[in-house]
Amino acid sequence: MNRSGIGLLLAAIAATLSTEATADRFTLESPAEGVYLHRGAQADASPANGGDIANIGFIIGSRCVAVIDSGGTAAIGSALLAAIRKLTDKPVCYLIHTHVHPDHGFGDSAFAGSDTVFVAHAEFPAALAARRDHYRAALRQTLGDAASGSEIAVPTRLISGEQTLDIGDRTLVLRAWPTAHSNTDLTVFDLRTQTLWTGDLLFVDRIPVVDGKALGWMMAIDALIAMKPAHLIPGHGPPSRSAEVAFTAQRNYLHKLITECRSALGNGITLSGAVETIGFDENKHWLLFDEYHRRNVTAVYTELEWEE
Amino acid sequence: MKRIVGRLLLVTFSSAAALLPFTAAAVAEAPQASEVSIWSKVRGSLFAGRTINENAADIVQLDAPSRAEDASTVPIAIRTQLAQTPDRYVRKLYLLVDNNPSPIAAVFELTPDSGRADIETRIRVEQYTDVRAIAELNDGSLYMASRFVKASGGCSAPAGKDPVEALRNAGRIKFRVDGPVVAGKPTIAQLAISHPNASGLVLDQVTRLYEPAYYVRKLNVSYAGRPVLSADIDFSISENPNFRFYFVPTGDGELRAEVVDTKDLSFDSQVVVKLGGVASAIQ
Repeated sequence: MNRSGIGLLLAAIAATLSTEATADRFTLESPAEGVYLHRGAQADASPANGGDIANIGFIIGSRCVAVIDSGGTAAIGSALLAAIRKLTDKPVCYLIHTHVHPDHGFGDSAFAGSDTVFVAHAEFPAALAARRDHYRAALRQTLGDAASGSEIAVPTRLISGEQTLDIGDRTLVLRAWPTAHSNTDLTVFDLRTQTLWTGDLLFVDRIPVVDGKALGWMMAIDALIAMKPAHLIPGHGPPSRSAEVAFTAQRNYLHKLITECRSALGNGITLSGAVETIGFDENKHWLLFDEYHRRNVTAVYTELEWEE
Repeated sequence: MKRIVGRLLLVTFSSAAALLPFTAAAVAEAPQASEVSIWSKVRGSLFAGRTINENAADIVQLDAPSRAEDASTVPIAIRTQLAQTPDRYVRKLYLLVDNNPSPIAAVFELTPDSGRADIETRIRVEQYTDVRAIAELNDGSLYMASRFVKASGGCSAPAGKDPVEALRNAGRIKFRVDGPVVAGKPTIAQLAISHPNASGLVLDQVTRLYEPAYYVRKLNVSYAGRPVLSADIDFSISENPNFRFYFVPTGDGELRAEVVDTKDLSFDSQVVVKLGGVASAIQ
């Protein structure tokens, strides 16, 4: 066998091992009755965590199961499906995407080909088409063969404004938001337990990423707090029971970015200058600050350049 | 021979990745293997048979972040080290992004009336790439500065953040001059164009979505009727194209920008420049 053959074989073994390991240590918690959460690592995707970095989960109704985000790889999606099957035989009738990002959606492959309806924000298909190749390449670069078979499904049920889904004696209220964390944010509210699944409209401990509009995000935060949910499940970080408390750090951070970028623009400071000076005292509050803060400044500065 | 070397390198990478504990760095280095051939193709098409001086920091420098924090918006600055005089001036600046789908991001044309041939703008960076600035002087000599820019990770894609809004606002222009304006002294102007500047969506096999490319392709700036800067650009320049550049005010006069996009829509903006003042215009 030549060197490349050995490499491929070892990579295949590594991929198999990592799939099994993912299923073995797949943790699940239940913050509310019938609501199940798998918490991803508070890190960037890496071979060590297998891309398992986002919060994903499901809600069980009397008729069927609604999955909320499928995880960062096909292996994680499979582990999620296996976890569901340990609890119930009911079909997965909906797979709801909270937004277009790859750490939440590449597990879709595990649910494809069944009767599952993929549900997402109305802007999701266009956003996915614009990003799909890039996300695939990035996943392959980060995880190598462990990325194999991972695909984000094209949703067929698109949500604008507010719509409900019935999963059997249980109503989920889906709300599509104007551009905030991204231009595809969708929240899921379980009426029975008053559990709000925020997707990446809420980051706890891990630094929020602005891939949309900070001003829109601030408005969404106020509206989400006003819902007074009994339970909150963020896109990243631990669940909590107080929206006011859970959103505080993120709201302060976004507020600081907005205020300081506005001031930089008023003072004629360039984008490069702003990126190197704004908001570094926030470092102590956030995981992955060095990886994402400058990007956030870039996004907010360029957003506010066109503010009326 | 070069191809074989490239292939061997790739084999080594994949073996190492399987044998050793994975590291993101080791896997992510791999794409660099193809760079040389892209640059040689671009070089052949733009500068066939011409010498390019690569130790040219005394003529041209390029500022770019080592890592593209936001793949859609990477600020870069081309800084030239000579005054624009009728005898000796930079007449063209080429901005190249090797590993983008369209590597020639912009070709700027300048004149002695530009004062300084410095340009700041923002580019999309699709993947790990060399970014190059090549200055062509009026005597035809070529000088290059380059920087390697690492791609951003995770969910950072070069796509626009709100394409619906970008389309709605296409054609708005903000034009400003940072004063005080002194006669004969190179002065900075900033031109911001609201535009999706998008490559369009490739036909996605699953969603069947397709949008044609829609971007700003031409830019002409004049001061008091004399050309200061013109540029052929494409979608390697970020959404809402933004340029900072110099001109030399001589007295009270009008700085005028005309922008044409790929639908042949044209947009223009004027700033009345007054000595001692600061000026801006929003259209």
